[in-house]
Amino acid sequence: MITIIDYGAGNIGNLIRALEAIGKNTFVAQKPSDLPDKTKVLLLPGVGAFGPASEMLQKSGWFDFIKNWEEQKKPVLGICLGMQLLCKNSLEGGYSQGLGLFEGTIKKLTDVPKLPHIGWNSVKWIGPSPIPWGGKYEEAYFYFVHSYALEVSRYTTGVTSYGRTSFSAIVQKKNAIGFQFHPERSGIRGLMLLDWAIQKLEE
Amino acid sequence: MLTKRIIPCLDVKNGRTVKGINFKELKDAGDPAEMALAYMNEGADEIVFLDISASNERRKTMSQWVERAAERIFIPFTVGGGISSVEEAKFIISLGADKISLNTSAVKDPNLIKECSDLLGSQAVVLAVDAAFNQEKKRYEVFVQGGTTPTDLDAINWIKKGVSMGCGEILLTSIDRDGTQQGYDLRLINEAANAVQVPIIASGGAGSKEDFLYAIQAGADGVLAASVFHYGQINIKELKKYLKSKGIPIREEDLYEFPNRKG
Repeated sequence: MITIIDYGAGNIGNLIRALEAIGKNTFVAQKPSDLPDKTKVLLLPGVGAFGPASEMLQKSGWFDFIKNWEEQKKPVLGICLGMQLLCKNSLEGGYSQGLGLFEGTIKKLTDVPKLPHIGWNSVKWIGPSPIPWGGKYEEAYFYFVHSYALEVSRYTTGVTSYGRTSFSAIVQKKNAIGFQFHPERSGIRGLMLLDWAIQKLEE
Repeated sequence: MLTKRIIPCLDVKNGRTVKGINFKELKDAGDPAEMALAYMNEGADEIVFLDISASNERRKTMSQWVERAAERIFIPFTVGGGISSVEEAKFIISLGADKISLNTSAVKDPNLIKECSDLLGSQAVVLAVDAAFNQEKKRYEVFVQGGTTPTDLDAINWIKKGVSMGCGEILLTSIDRDGTQQGYDLRLINEAANAVQVPIIASGGAGSKEDFLYAIQAGADGVLAASVFHYGQINIKELKKYLKSKGIPIREEDLYEFPNRKG
């Protein structure tokens, strides 16, 4: 079972529908004590600003819970702002602390034509083979909506370029994966990648 | 590279599409959700729905068809048409829409743009602007009520105002070109694209593949059309191939079915 953390940062309906479309069982938890025993993967979604979201996670007890969960090597998937929250910290609207599962600071995209970076952009896979989206191409298109991003780091397995800037589109380690884009809004390719990530984390 | 978006538009009235014909392999050609799914499978990057029903049943029919669409399509979609309050905007987003578009009610009360973007984020708020060229005054003017009522507002100034109030995107329709299939109004697109930093979605006048190319070259970030797609004159997959061959960054998809998809 995939448990989606509902901490008040944005709509989770489309994420639930996408997971159901690929045959996954989901549960929505408002607080850590709601967590079903059958939970295999914790999913941290989110849209909006980093600071308030980080605060909401701390107030609701999720912050410490996720850190603890990760320390026990249990799997976490972060999407969009959720991925950013898995990182060490962010400079969005001042300085805020993240969960620190991945190194690095979330910073505003610079040297780009327009902000937010919104629309379909290509992600280049630089992780180990095989390519997770199944095709023969190293690049595939996914749907982005964001103004802040993580630099390319040692955990980066997918890179996206916008203007003259490159940033982490996918970060990955053994028990955590983060997507800067929205796989649930990225067509069939997005559903496939979501399916891949969950399989990978459940391994 | 960030790609240019191809966007089919569906008019919906009382829960049914208004121009739903000529579509092969469609279970129900009048169902907005089924049509949107067919477009997603053809490679559409996004879908825009305009709900033109005015009845008091509107909220009820919307809650049905918007949710059905959200269950079927996994690409972003916008719902517009007659949205007049922040509560209604929030309701539509809660049904699964990614964005709402505001038109007449935003002209009446520009503060609605700000209220919506404060609550939903600017990425979820599209300002739809219907404009026509005024020969005497030598400028583009805004029309409301489905393009029927002039406002005396300068279109470019209105777009700037909308962006300053927080809208994240402009859906720009040329009333002069709408329905003519004579091509997009390139001057209008160019003036708008130069005036603001948010994406411009061009609408009105698409008749050929070249028209889409010219609109993008004039500065459009997305190109919207209805009839040419509905009546099968232009196939999205072929259009994308054409645009890509002309050097336009385009998302070409070679996968249209999720393997073992349930439901």
